[in-house]
Amino acid sequence: MTNLSRRDLLAATALVIVSETVARAGVVSGQLPWHPDAGSPPEAVRPGAWQFFTEQEAAAVEALADRIIPPDPQTPGGKDAGCAVFIDRQLAGAYGHRQGLYTRGPFVKGIKEQGPQSAQNPAETYRAALAALDRYCKSKEGGKSWIELPGERQDELLHAVESGTVELEGIDTKSFFETLLKDMQEGFFADPIYGGNRDMCAWKMIGFPGARYDYRDWVGRHNERYPYPPVSIAGRPDWTPKKT
Amino acid sequence: MTRKLPKKDVVIVGLGWTGSIMANELTEEGLDVVAIERGPWRNTATDYPPNYVQDELRYRIRHELFLQPEQTTFTFRNKMDQTALPIRSWGAFMPPNGVGGGGVHWNAETWRFLPSDFVLRTHLTQRYGARFLPADMTIQDWGITFDELEPYYDRFEYLCGTSGTAGNLKGKIQEGGNPFEGPRSRPYPNPAQQQPFSHALFAKAARELGYKPFPQPSGNMSQAYTNPLGVRLGPCTYCGFCEWFGCANYSKASPQTTILPVLVRKPNFLVRDQSEVTRINLDSSGKRATGVTFVDTSGTEWEQPADLVILSAYTVFNVQLLLLSGIGKAYDPVANQGVIGRNFTHQTISDVTSFFDPAKFIFNPFIASGSIGMCIDEFNGDNFDHGPHGFVGGGYMGQVQTNGRPIETTPTPPGTPKWGAKWKQAVRESYQSALKPGTGVHGSMYSYRDVYLDLDPTYQDRFKRPLMRITMDFHENELKQNAFLTDKFAEVFQAMGARQVVKEYRKGPYDVTAYQTTHLCGGAVMGTDPKTSAINRYLQSWDVPNLFVMGASGFPQNAGYNPTGTLAALAYWSAEAIRSRYLKNPGPLLHA
Ligand SMILES: Cc1cc2nc3c(=O)[nH]c(=O)nc-3n(C[C@H](O)[C@H](O)[C@H](O)COP(=O)(O)OP(=O)(O)OC[C@H]3O[C@@H](n4cnc5c(N)ncnc54)[C@H](O)[C@@H]3O)c2cc1C
Ligand code: SF4
Repeated sequence: MTNLSRRDLLAATALVIVSETVARAGVVSGQLPWHPDAGSPPEAVRPGAWQFFTEQEAAAVEALADRIIPPDPQTPGGKDAGCAVFIDRQLAGAYGHRQGLYTRGPFVKGIKEQGPQSAQNPAETYRAALAALDRYCKSKEGGKSWIELPGERQDELLHAVESGTVELEGIDTKSFFETLLKDMQEGFFADPIYGGNRDMCAWKMIGFPGARYDYRDWVGRHNERYPYPPVSIAGRPDWTPKKT
Repeated sequence: MTRKLPKKDVVIVGLGWTGSIMANELTEEGLDVVAIERGPWRNTATDYPPNYVQDELRYRIRHELFLQPEQTTFTFRNKMDQTALPIRSWGAFMPPNGVGGGGVHWNAETWRFLPSDFVLRTHLTQRYGARFLPADMTIQDWGITFDELEPYYDRFEYLCGTSGTAGNLKGKIQEGGNPFEGPRSRPYPNPAQQQPFSHALFAKAARELGYKPFPQPSGNMSQAYTNPLGVRLGPCTYCGFCEWFGCANYSKASPQTTILPVLVRKPNFLVRDQSEVTRINLDSSGKRATGVTFVDTSGTEWEQPADLVILSAYTVFNVQLLLLSGIGKAYDPVANQGVIGRNFTHQTISDVTSFFDPAKFIFNPFIASGSIGMCIDEFNGDNFDHGPHGFVGGGYMGQVQTNGRPIETTPTPPGTPKWGAKWKQAVRESYQSALKPGTGVHGSMYSYRDVYLDLDPTYQDRFKRPLMRITMDFHENELKQNAFLTDKFAEVFQAMGARQVVKEYRKGPYDVTAYQTTHLCGGAVMGTDPKTSAINRYLQSWDVPNLFVMGASGFPQNAGYNPTGTLAALAYWSAEAIRSRYLKNPGPLLHA
């Protein structure tokens, strides 16, 4: 909404009475419009209960996170980095429900160059795929669910899913796996305000300084490692020491 | 029910780069101007401030500043015998939305086309003979020359504070600039930006190979700048969050940082945002526009009468409004007749990813700007003899890497698994020592009979209007061009000392999911003959003389450069014709 001047709109009321409902489209004239907090700062993810996943689904996704991004001595794995939390909040929000995307039918399968044409949104796809994964494991892995399988067996299964040799019932399995990889890695590398990349662990791993925004002193320093630690949109943990 | 607003002298459809330029020029004549913009008002301080603009997920991955496909999208197919399907989420290109248009989130790579690009068919036919061109290639001359356009290129560069090194000053070749550029009347308004390590290394290797590397002309300020309108821009901080993002430092040339602060204060200018124009209205003769109809966010329909209509809604939306308003003859590829939708083009882009020894190379890829880079132009346009190669066209190439944002830019060497411990280790090892220019090879795309725009028979937008349908595929000429250029490009990375160089050739079919710039061109092209062009050399509609159509929709084919320098220069050129001639005697500026 902008500096609303109704002068012109009112001039039109000879024809019809202007209703309040025009208010969202605005008129700008005379000066640059400015309202305090007119922008929309991001909202940091709040820790706490799962917003989309059930407990069981969340456990499965956390296990997936640690296979896709395994922990190592220097850097946490996907689970401790918060990738499942990231996906949970994304699926509960705009991404999960394809807000803003074109979702009118008819839904026709095309060639890959025409892009995804699914009638399902990511939230529905995750729910169905996670259920199908458990069904698959229960029937093929001696009655065990996905999280009960040993890590190496989980890896084997994921390789089979990736290569298309295992199909989960009723799921476009290969494309679900691609989505899963993309979402995990986005969670790992996105700003920590979205729930993943906890303590900027992924940024520390590669040496990305995050939201610093000014490298004028460094642009001319060739082949020298940039020395400063990363900063998130929300700052650095040591700027806001934990209350004791 | 439609409500009618008081008449204006001029209505501008879309307040992006060209809309802002036209609004500023025409208000100078004292005309009463209204701009109607589909998206929201946008401003640096409120919409992309420095405390949260550096958000890769929000702006790069979720495309926050762009048009939402829910509002409108296009359908796409490669070939005429396929069924086009809707683009449900953007991929190959990102249509702008909101005040400032693409200027808000572009890179600001600010190029001029080559003199020969404007007389392309004549030039190529003279040099190689008409039979050298593929039979279905529909390239044509623009109806304007580089020399005519030069003063207007100059105006745009001084408006923007473009940072660069001149290569040809009034015919004299300059050391350190692009020796292939057309003669310019004066140097760039600002010196070139500083180059980070990898970009400088590319230049050194290119020089050793015998090329003439030069800094990419940049709308990211190398120093503080005050433009001729009195608007100030600050120095760029090489923040690495440039294209897809707004600039929080007022350092990237955009309508917001160069024109709007002056324009908005004028008493004879007004903007309506969040209002989508759905039609250009004609009188009963069909030869005169009476204004436009638009719909605001409440769904209310308004009529805005005006004497002069400036269509500046970006390539595809320009063509859509012409088709939906019944202006000009719709293109029919089978009969090979009509002009609206004809000669649609994009860009032929490819890349090379290279991996260096992590013990010897630390690139700090996050230190960069949107238009950073060192380029060579030896293989652009007709700068080299195409005779032995059997294709036409070309492009600039360079180390133009703009970022090290980790969701997008964590390349791993070929053979690395896509997940698991090995993936993680490869990301860790390669981040500081791999290079991925992004759009390293920036090739031309010439026009063809079967690449075009029309209205989709099935899919509709929220107003139940047909979506625009894109029919587009790469042709052999462009694929050959790309193979040749990509090989040349890879040689430079080899010479830089990379231990592994991966060529990512552009291959057909055209893939609407892979980003390839937002340089969509054509569909309402300029020219000298109304049978093969929608607008004349002054961008005036042949059919409706009080309608002028801005933007890259006017390009008869696309050159091997980014389009905005040229489309902005054309807007100034058109404004000049309107100011000096049209207003005195409204009517056709040319007779066919
Ligand atoms: C990520 C990105 C990077 C880019 N980088 C570069 C670069 O480095 N160099 C370069 O040369 N070019 C670049 N471009 C392209 C550049 O943005 C465009 O060439 C330029 O903005 C086109 O100017 P325009 O005035 O024709 O259209 P725009 O600037 O796009 O403005 C058109 C305006 O019209 C509005 N509109 C559309 N339809 C309607 C309607 N029906 N009613 C009302 N309003 C409407 C739109 O919302 C928009 O605001 C880039 C583009 C993108 C997306
Ligand atoms: S790179 Fe420079 S111009 Fe681009 S957004 Fe950052 S500071 Fe602005």
